[in-house]
Amino acid sequence: MSTFEFLLQGLVIAAQPMNLFYALIGVTLGTAVGVLPGIGPALTVALLLPVTYRLDAAGSLIMFAGIYYGGMYGGSTTSILLNTPGESASIVTALEGNKMARAGRGGPALATAAIGSFVAGLIATIGLAFIAPYIVKLALVFGPREYFALMVLAFVTVSSAFGDSTLRGLTALFVGLFLSTIGIDQLTGQTRLAFGVPDLLDGIEVTTLAVAMFAIGETLFIAAQGLQGPDKVEAVKGSVWMNRADWARSWKPWLRGTVIGFPIGAMPAGGAEIGTFLSYAAEKRLTKHPEEFGNGAIEGVAGPEAANNASAAGTLVPLLTLGLPTTATAAIMLAGFQQYGLQPGPLLFATNPQLVWGLIASLLIANFMLLVLNLPMIGLWVRLLTIPKPWLYAGILLFATLGTIGANPSVFELGMLLGFGVLGYGMRVFGYPIAPVVVGLILGPLAEQQLRRALAISQGDFTVLFTSPIAAGLLIVAALALIVPLVLRARGRGEVLSQMAANED
Amino acid sequence: MNQGPLNKAGERRPDWAALAIAAVLVAISAVIFFDAARLREVSGYSPVGPSTVPMAIAVVLLLLAVWTVIAAFRGDFPAREKQEIQPVAWVVGGLAAQMLLLNTAGFSIATGVLFAATAAGFGKRKLWISLPVGIVLCLVVWLIFAGLLQLSLPAGPLERLFQ
Repeated sequence: MSTFEFLLQGLVIAAQPMNLFYALIGVTLGTAVGVLPGIGPALTVALLLPVTYRLDAAGSLIMFAGIYYGGMYGGSTTSILLNTPGESASIVTALEGNKMARAGRGGPALATAAIGSFVAGLIATIGLAFIAPYIVKLALVFGPREYFALMVLAFVTVSSAFGDSTLRGLTALFVGLFLSTIGIDQLTGQTRLAFGVPDLLDGIEVTTLAVAMFAIGETLFIAAQGLQGPDKVEAVKGSVWMNRADWARSWKPWLRGTVIGFPIGAMPAGGAEIGTFLSYAAEKRLTKHPEEFGNGAIEGVAGPEAANNASAAGTLVPLLTLGLPTTATAAIMLAGFQQYGLQPGPLLFATNPQLVWGLIASLLIANFMLLVLNLPMIGLWVRLLTIPKPWLYAGILLFATLGTIGANPSVFELGMLLGFGVLGYGMRVFGYPIAPVVVGLILGPLAEQQLRRALAISQGDFTVLFTSPIAAGLLIVAALALIVPLVLRARGRGEVLSQMAANED
Repeated sequence: MNQGPLNKAGERRPDWAALAIAAVLVAISAVIFFDAARLREVSGYSPVGPSTVPMAIAVVLLLLAVWTVIAAFRGDFPAREKQEIQPVAWVVGGLAAQMLLLNTAGFSIATGVLFAATAAGFGKRKLWISLPVGIVLCLVVWLIFAGLLQLSLPAGPLERLFQ
């Protein structure tokens, strides 16, 4: 069957009334949570994971798709109206978007973000559908050592290639890897680092770690800043619709943003947020209104928002075809798959095509729902933004702990939540990135498995890792991704890299 | 980088807090080495076993600890903002209280305490308002999630009234 037929089949599955309903709940919840200040897509997905516990695999993943896209969209609303981007991917949107909102053009800013996200999401999701089968075919020739090399590359790019310090990125990654070794070893059944505590035998839950580090760590960090005045929410004045000039100035940035964002997201190597910066730079150079940049240029919202959404769809390429999460959000989605015993990767396309294609089709549907839902409901989202901080964070902690208690109502699990929350707070204080810990925890066991399989085949000979051209090539790229930023920073050119931090929280 | 007047770790080099981080990293790798040694005894000789990867992680953590010490002496850590301890204590206390109360007092009361403590950390100190509000809100959440979505949330005296 061709990709087109698979996609049609997926659309039939996704268009079943129950699945449409799940997608609708997903986008609504995703937007509502994503719009809250300080909550990015990673935390949105982690907080809402428990909602899907009682659904079947297909329904749950479809709702997930909606939550993911909804959370992305909600984040951009926050950064336009509040100027406190919850994630680095939205920083660029806030640059011009918030200026537009202050000038009374918040409506068109939100509209160009929404429609740009839709256009980019549509093209990128179709791109995902057409590229995925080729990568699956390529991935089928991958052996353990190629997979291991691929994961090393992902580790390096997630932890140290971007951000402001190689040392702190690598430290965060290895703390995550250390946590990933706790529990029963998958290959021999030996318990490791559990010290007789039965709760640790199953290892540390990715969702517990993610919720603790993102929700509790962030809450503690904000609380520790002391009492400040409320953030200023820009009211949406005037029409929410874009005029002819807005359309004329927006459509090219949407397409350019998509073209820039999708390949960057699709590469099996983190740092998906770079696309927004590149898109912003491109629009600034190509614009006919350079004087407006810095004062609310609509191109500066349209392009980066499109790039952001295109790379979000792009990250699903390595996630679905290789089982390789390259952002914290993708890592938590992988945990969502694993709770149903599904391991994304080339085999999933063969064993469970309805599920994969149903998911891809739901992304298209969720994308469309967001467009229809968001502009009319903008008043509601603005009201969510004005919740006073004490109630907002009290509510966030209520739902953060609800998820953990719902998954496992044990005092030990809550203790871990508290412990990792304090760890996440400490890491924020000292400037350590959070995403590498989460990616290390979920990818660590997979990387270890591949490494040990490769070494078992070679009977312990480590040189086998470098004798396959693909594996060797990937490891060389990983080494470059580690060394080049170190050299750049040593020469005092690190600002560019720290701006590109793939730090989503 | 490290000369801000707000730096709680002291104005002078070395950066003691960063040295403490290095000490924690050393402690983690010591724990891994200890456990890996035990695993080796159990699993006997094999070139690649369950202890191989933890050992590698421990070695890298040791190297990172050395690097952290160097960074601490060179003042490479970014300046830290002043941290207010009291709000953090409220939130941590709320989480600890929830953890201890959960199985005896039930979800609503335990989480209501967390709710009120968090609000207090952010400046709403009127506990006689925020505590009842929190408990009622958590009860509503309990009814929705335990009732409709069938999550297993622990029940206490309040929840049993509705069962």
